[in-house]
Amino acid sequence: MSAAPAIQLRGVGVDYGRKTALADLDLTVERGETLALLGPSGSGKSTALKAVAGFVRPSRGRVLLEGRDVTDLPPHQRGIGVVVQNYALFPHMSVAANVGFGLRARRAPRAEIRERVAEVLDLVGMSAFADRSPRQLSGGQQQRVAIARALAIRPAVLLLDEPLSALDAALREEMVGELLRLRAELPDTTIVHVTHDQSEALALAHRIAVMRDARLVDVGPAREMYRTPRTEFTAAFLGAANLLPVEVVEVDGEGGATVRLGDAIMRARVSGELDGRRRAVLGVRPQRVGVHAEGTGGLPARLLAAQWRGEVFRLDLRLDGAAHSGQEVRVRAEVASIEGLPPVGGRVALTVPDGCPLIADASPEEET
Amino acid sequence: MLVWTRTSRSVLVVLFVVVFGVIVVAPLAVIGLAAVAASWRGVLPGGLTGAHLAAATGGDALASALVSVQTALIASAGSVLLGGWAAFALHGSRGRIRRLADGLLHLPMAVPSVVVGLGLLVAFSHPPLLLNGTRWIVLIAHLVLVLPFSYSTVSAALERADPDIALVAACLGASPARVLLTVRLPLALPALAASAGLALALSMGELGATIMLYPPDWRTLPVGIFAQSDRGALFAASASTVVLLGLTLVGLLALNSVRTRAAER
Repeated sequence: MSAAPAIQLRGVGVDYGRKTALADLDLTVERGETLALLGPSGSGKSTALKAVAGFVRPSRGRVLLEGRDVTDLPPHQRGIGVVVQNYALFPHMSVAANVGFGLRARRAPRAEIRERVAEVLDLVGMSAFADRSPRQLSGGQQQRVAIARALAIRPAVLLLDEPLSALDAALREEMVGELLRLRAELPDTTIVHVTHDQSEALALAHRIAVMRDARLVDVGPAREMYRTPRTEFTAAFLGAANLLPVEVVEVDGEGGATVRLGDAIMRARVSGELDGRRRAVLGVRPQRVGVHAEGTGGLPARLLAAQWRGEVFRLDLRLDGAAHSGQEVRVRAEVASIEGLPPVGGRVALTVPDGCPLIADASPEEET
Repeated sequence: MLVWTRTSRSVLVVLFVVVFGVIVVAPLAVIGLAAVAASWRGVLPGGLTGAHLAAATGGDALASALVSVQTALIASAGSVLLGGWAAFALHGSRGRIRRLADGLLHLPMAVPSVVVGLGLLVAFSHPPLLLNGTRWIVLIAHLVLVLPFSYSTVSAALERADPDIALVAACLGASPARVLLTVRLPLALPALAASAGLALALSMGELGATIMLYPPDWRTLPVGIFAQSDRGALFAASASTVVLLGLTLVGLLALNSVRTRAAER
C-alpha cells in the first residue's frame, strides 16, 4: 500500500484565454477518503475535477496520484473512474458492454471481464438489466450503470461530477443512500464528489472543500464545516445561515465570545480568526431563529413574508436597529407554527440562541 | 399549431398541395409520362410505349448510367472519408484556424459548379498535373463539389454529440484510436450515412462542372440527358431521367436503411 495521498493538487491553475477557471488550488485527498467539492456554478469545482481526470491540462501546478506526477499523462493512462452528470453511457452498447468497456480497453481476458461485469452489476443492483440498452433504463438505473462502469476497472480514485443533479428529488434521496452503501463497501476507494448541493456534500463526504470564484475558500471535516464555518461564504452556502452583524464585547481564551446584537447580549463560539476585530458576523441557521409575538422579549423585527413549506413556515424578517454597512438586516427563519404571530407587516420579537459561530466580518473595519 | 381555425388550416393545406403539386409533382409526373409516351400532341400522351425506357437501359445510355453510378459512389465515398476526417480533426478546435478551415471546406458550396469546372480545367491542363481529358478530373470535380456537404453534415452531428462520452471512454483506459473506432465512429454512423446519401444524390445530378470536363469515355447520365434534350429527343431524355431518378433512389434507400439501423441502436 502506498503511503502517499491518493490525490495531491499542488498550485493547480487552469486558464481559458484570459479567464481563470481555477486559481492555484492546493488540495490533498487521502486514500479511502470521500471529499466533496462544493460551490456554486462557475466556482471552479468541475474544472478541478477535470484537472484530476486529465480532461483539461493545467496552465500551472502539478497533479499527483498516489505520489506519481500525472500532470502530463492523458486520461487513459491515469486509471481513474469517472461518473459525469449525464452519465455518458455508450448508447450503441448494452449495459454489460458498457460496464466491460474499460476492461476490454485493458485487454483483460474474456472470462475475467464476464466475472467482473457480473460482480459490479450485482454491487449496484443492476444484474437483471445486463442485456438492456441504456435507452431502456430510467435515470436512476443509468446512474447505477455509470457507477458500475467506473468501478469495473477497480480505480483507486472515483470522481463523481454532479452525479445526482439530473435526478428528481425522491430518486436523489435514494441514490444518496446507495452511494453511502457503496462507500462503505469500497473503503479503499478515494471518492471526489463535485456538487452544488450542500445536503449531498454533508451526507456523503468525510471532508468538504468549499469553492468560490475559481478559488478554494475553505476545507475541513464536514461536521466542523457545518457547525463552525470559518468564512461568511461557507456559513451562507453550507446551511444557508443568516449572517447577523454583531459587536464583539469580549473574547475569552477558550474559543468563546460575548457579542452584542442590537440591544441583546449573547454568547458565541469563535469560528475562524477574528484578528482583534470588534465587528464580526454571527452565523445563525434559519431553524435556530426563534420568532415570537411582540412584547415577549427579544430583538424587535418586522415580519415581511411567510411561506408555508409543508413541514415548516419560512419567514422573511427585517431586524430593527441593527443596520450593517448601511444596509438593513434581513433574517430568514423556519418555524413549525405561526400561531400567535401577527399577519405579514406586523411586529415580532426574534431570539437567537447562545453558541452560534462567530465569524470575522469580511467588510473593512469602520473607524469608531 | 399557429393556425387555430379549421377554415384557415384547410386553406393552408390546399395552398401547400397546389404549390407543391405545381412545382415538384407536376414536372416529375410529366417526365414519367414522357418516358413512356409514343407521341404527345395534346394534353395527355397519344399512346404508351416501353421503347424509350428500353433504349435508356441499354447501349450508350446504360454506359452513361454506369459511369454516373461509379462517379457518384467514388465521390461520395471520398467525400465521406475526407469530409468526415476533417470534421473529426477539427471537432473541438476554436479560433482562427477553425474559422479558416471551415471557410475553405465550405468554399465549393459558395461558388457555381461551372467555376469549379473551369478552375480544374485551367489547373490540370498542363504538366505535371495533366488530368484534362481523363476521368480523374471528373471524379475530382465531383469530390470537390460534394465535399462541403459531407463535412458540414458530419461536423454538425459532432457538435450535437455529448462531449463527455469520449472523455469517459478515455478515462476508462481506451486509447484515442480505440475511442475513435469503438465509440466516436459508431456514434457518428448515422451522420456519416446521411452525408454519403447527400453526396450521392448531388453527384448523380451534377452537370455544370462535368459538362466542361468530361472525356468521351466518361460521360455521365446528366450529360447524356442534356445532349438528348439539346437535340430535341425529349422522350429519350425523359426515359434517361427516369433511370437517373431510379438509380439515385435505390442508392438513397440503401444508405437510409444503414442510417436508420445505426440511429435505432
